[in-house]
Amino acid sequence: MIEVEDLTVRFGGVVPIDAMTLELAAGTCGLIGPNGAGKTTFFNVLSGFVRPSTGRVRAFGEDLLAIPDFKRPRWGLRRTFQTEQAIAELSVFDNVLLVHEHTGGDRATRRGEVLKAVSFTGLSDVAHRLVGGLGAAQRRLVEVARAVVGRPRLILFDEPGAGLPDEETVRLGELIRQIPEETGALVVLVDHDMSLVSACCATTAVLDFGRLIAAGPTAEVLRNPHVVRAYLGTEEEV
Amino acid sequence: MTTDIHTVAADEVVPAAPVAPAGTARARPLRLAIVAGLIAFLLFGLPPLLDSYWMLVVTGAAIYSMVALGLGLLIGRVGMVSLCQVVLAAVGAWVALRLSYATSLPFPVLVLCAGFVTAAIGTLIGLPALRLSGLYLALITLMAAGAITIVLRAVLFPNGGGGFFGNSAAGGASSRMPRPSLAQTDAAYFRYCVVVAILMFLLAAWHVRRKPGRAWAAIRHSQATAISAGVNTVLYKLWAFALASFMAGVAGGLLAASAGGVSVQQFPVETSVTLLAVVLMGGVYSLWGAVVAAFLLRILPALLDDWGVSTELLTILFGIGVLQVLMTAPGGLADQVPKDLAKLGRRIGRVFSRREAAA
Repeated sequence: MIEVEDLTVRFGGVVPIDAMTLELAAGTCGLIGPNGAGKTTFFNVLSGFVRPSTGRVRAFGEDLLAIPDFKRPRWGLRRTFQTEQAIAELSVFDNVLLVHEHTGGDRATRRGEVLKAVSFTGLSDVAHRLVGGLGAAQRRLVEVARAVVGRPRLILFDEPGAGLPDEETVRLGELIRQIPEETGALVVLVDHDMSLVSACCATTAVLDFGRLIAAGPTAEVLRNPHVVRAYLGTEEEV
Repeated sequence: MTTDIHTVAADEVVPAAPVAPAGTARARPLRLAIVAGLIAFLLFGLPPLLDSYWMLVVTGAAIYSMVALGLGLLIGRVGMVSLCQVVLAAVGAWVALRLSYATSLPFPVLVLCAGFVTAAIGTLIGLPALRLSGLYLALITLMAAGAITIVLRAVLFPNGGGGFFGNSAAGGASSRMPRPSLAQTDAAYFRYCVVVAILMFLLAAWHVRRKPGRAWAAIRHSQATAISAGVNTVLYKLWAFALASFMAGVAGGLLAASAGGVSVQQFPVETSVTLLAVVLMGGVYSLWGAVVAAFLLRILPALLDDWGVSTELLTILFGIGVLQVLMTAPGGLADQVPKDLAKLGRRIGRVFSRREAAA
């Protein structure tokens, strides 16, 4: 369970996150909102790349913001980026191994756990190929494998389906939906693709201008008139 | 508020890595055979063929391959630039000489000490790399090289005189460290240096294939990727600088006992810039690049000299070579030559098979 309390981030005069209070319970939670709503900034706060001016984040009872950024993966934080960040010069196996060995994964079970994560994402056939030679969809899957390896507790997916054709996005969605059961981690999914969010997330929170405007069961939230208005960017008819 | 995570972009000085298909199973024994053959030739075939001048040249090449190896690791694996590696070799030579006059430690211990002290100094110089990259890091390391050179010029290399710095006017300008008893002759000392170089290449290969290599690959990709994979970027960046400087220091220690000895004037700051050029030309994504770089840096000038061609020409050649690497062959000669040879082989094969078909 992630409890975000009164979180504010300021970049000079810009306030990408404004007094946000949010609870993410378990399973897969969606986080949506128009461009500039503060979704990626929120992920950067959780990763430690952005320091908030005020607020607290308690993750499973621990103060997440007190942990140095590079130690958060060891604590159990995983994330992907809007632009895919699989390391081209390493093989698929080594990409996943990198995360396992730097997050305190047990040496004795390392090989097995890495192979399990690789096979979970369906990449076993290309496990020893260099990532640079793979297509966009497979590179995205490498990131998913890196996210599930070891003992993840909180996984942040930042637009994992960006740039993928529809059928690949559907496959990715099926995979993401299995992650909580497979790993026990809480998954937070940011995406603009509402069909992906509806397919994966039981609950969804909506941000607009750095504020939480709605949260609850996904289907309900997507019908919420405030949410529709925020997305379409219009108020009443003229 | 925000950390500088997004401003630490990929290194603009470094060309993009070529992405090669993974080596086939058959290529591995072939590669091992080539390496074994080359080592056997260097150890036993080459020394009888050379006179004392060429012995000095190839010993220098063996030693400088270690300096090039360290710089190649920094650029190709971690994405950091250092323009003080040659001057760090001078530090290694200084430390080894100093200890050899002050103590009676055995030769390998002296060389190791030179490596460790140089690694410590190199790590200090690498501290700015935690914040800077590209041009600014290059500049800082170049200034550090200048500063070290000034200090070394002021204190001179010890040459057997009294006192801590041990420099006597009667001792001459250059200093030479006594060689180990099993490598007294020039040929034996060359073999000794080749063996040490092989150990350094093994050390480099071990690093590249294991945990540090993967951490460096993540850092080179981007700081954010590395941190979100749990990599302690501070530790691994400094470790890379320490390793590269260790190699330079060991090389310096060996240089101090090579024929002719060493003098302060032998390590001008601009050599570090030339080293960067030849390392890029040799190729930074393969350890073989360091061998090619050492050839370009030490053997090519001697060859040109032998043929009566001015070595000044090399500055122009290296400039064109670096341009070529940056624009068309990011993997350098170590990557391009085998590819071109394979292409040539296929062409020749095709010509022959066509002839056979015609006959």
